[in-house]
Amino acid sequence: MSKDKAEGADVNAAAALVEDKKKKIRDEWSACLSSLAETRDKLEFSRLYEYFAPRVKAYIIRFGMNPAAAEELTQESMLAVWRKAHLYNRSKASASTWIFTLARNQCIDRLRREKAVEYELPEEEADPDQRHYGEHAVVAQRMEDAIAKLPEAQAQVLYLSYYEGKSHSEIAEQLGIPLGSVKSRLRLAFSKLKAHWGEKSEN
Amino acid sequence: MKISHHFDDATLIAYSSGTLNKGMALLVESHLEMCENCMEQVQTSNRIGGDLLRQIQPVAMKSGSLDQVLSMLDDVEPEAPVVSRSHNAEVPASLVEYIGDDLDALDWKTMGMGVQQYDLKFGGAGAARLLRIQPGVSVPHHTHTGNELTLILRGSYSDEIGRFQVGDVADLDDQLEHQPIVDTEHECICLIATDSPLKFSGLMGKLVQPFIGL
Repeated sequence: MSKDKAEGADVNAAAALVEDKKKKIRDEWSACLSSLAETRDKLEFSRLYEYFAPRVKAYIIRFGMNPAAAEELTQESMLAVWRKAHLYNRSKASASTWIFTLARNQCIDRLRREKAVEYELPEEEADPDQRHYGEHAVVAQRMEDAIAKLPEAQAQVLYLSYYEGKSHSEIAEQLGIPLGSVKSRLRLAFSKLKAHWGEKSEN
Repeated sequence: MKISHHFDDATLIAYSSGTLNKGMALLVESHLEMCENCMEQVQTSNRIGGDLLRQIQPVAMKSGSLDQVLSMLDDVEPEAPVVSRSHNAEVPASLVEYIGDDLDALDWKTMGMGVQQYDLKFGGAGAARLLRIQPGVSVPHHTHTGNELTLILRGSYSDEIGRFQVGDVADLDDQLEHQPIVDTEHECICLIATDSPLKFSGLMGKLVQPFIGL
């Protein structure tokens, strides 16, 4: 396979540069979060806030909250970052992964509380509107390279799980495929991502 | 504790993406306390969420939101690290909040045929219950319309897949029909969480369905 060897090398070098840059950004935020625990520096917290709060808000909206609730929940999540910073362990997760899990837990708690109330109200028509349908292709472009490299069918089930908070059964119903297929696609996607990421930790 | 049966990766992804119902998430957390292997898998799948957060199109916060939060920082105490209180090791810490730490002290409801249950009453579709099954008793053949997770807390059982002991999880879906049987002279207590009702097959199953109603 000597064809376009030089060009191929260039492309690889460019890809490596992009990868490097991403890693640098990731490391920078992880370092920032790590030091926050010791310094309790509000300036450092503000930096984290400016970067992560709008992202956390976007995630929470995708998960099914209205913008006002998302705004409030984002503030609560960022307060939790401040409160729990000393529990953050850089060797286990990047800052973005850690903040994602905090935001996710806030989200789940809130949705469960709301659902608990909903059960007492008359059931509303299920919303058959598939407004995000087909959007996954666009979003996939924005996703990290490893995920974007997955076959579309696999990226799609990951997208529906993480971006839209859909359960396996809901995904099966939406795509019109058996539950078993949803799971096997997720399994395949997961094993490819693991192979791509290689190492056990993110740093 | 040697754990030989773990979760399906697909289940851990559902946990990581926050899409499991309360009972199933609680069951996963209980197993994670005991299982480094699954914990590692969850850390990897959380990474998908972390990547998502960096890639997502941000939505601007309202002006003044940072100042609002900054003004609250002095009022919040750093959270104390979780100290695992000493409790009966039989009940995972995640579960203690809901059922206390003494399985024998629970208000078990007898369902007949050597089976007792304790319903965690989480509401919603699916169910989360403890089943207490006497030695030699088998739960009728059943399949599932959705997913069923089981975590063994005491004793053991065997079914078509293998032998399940304390700490092991069975992660089943509609592909499988199984009939667990308690395989020692000791009772078996397990936590079962589902996202939809079980389907029992056979006459015995049809009789017991209304009582178990899992």
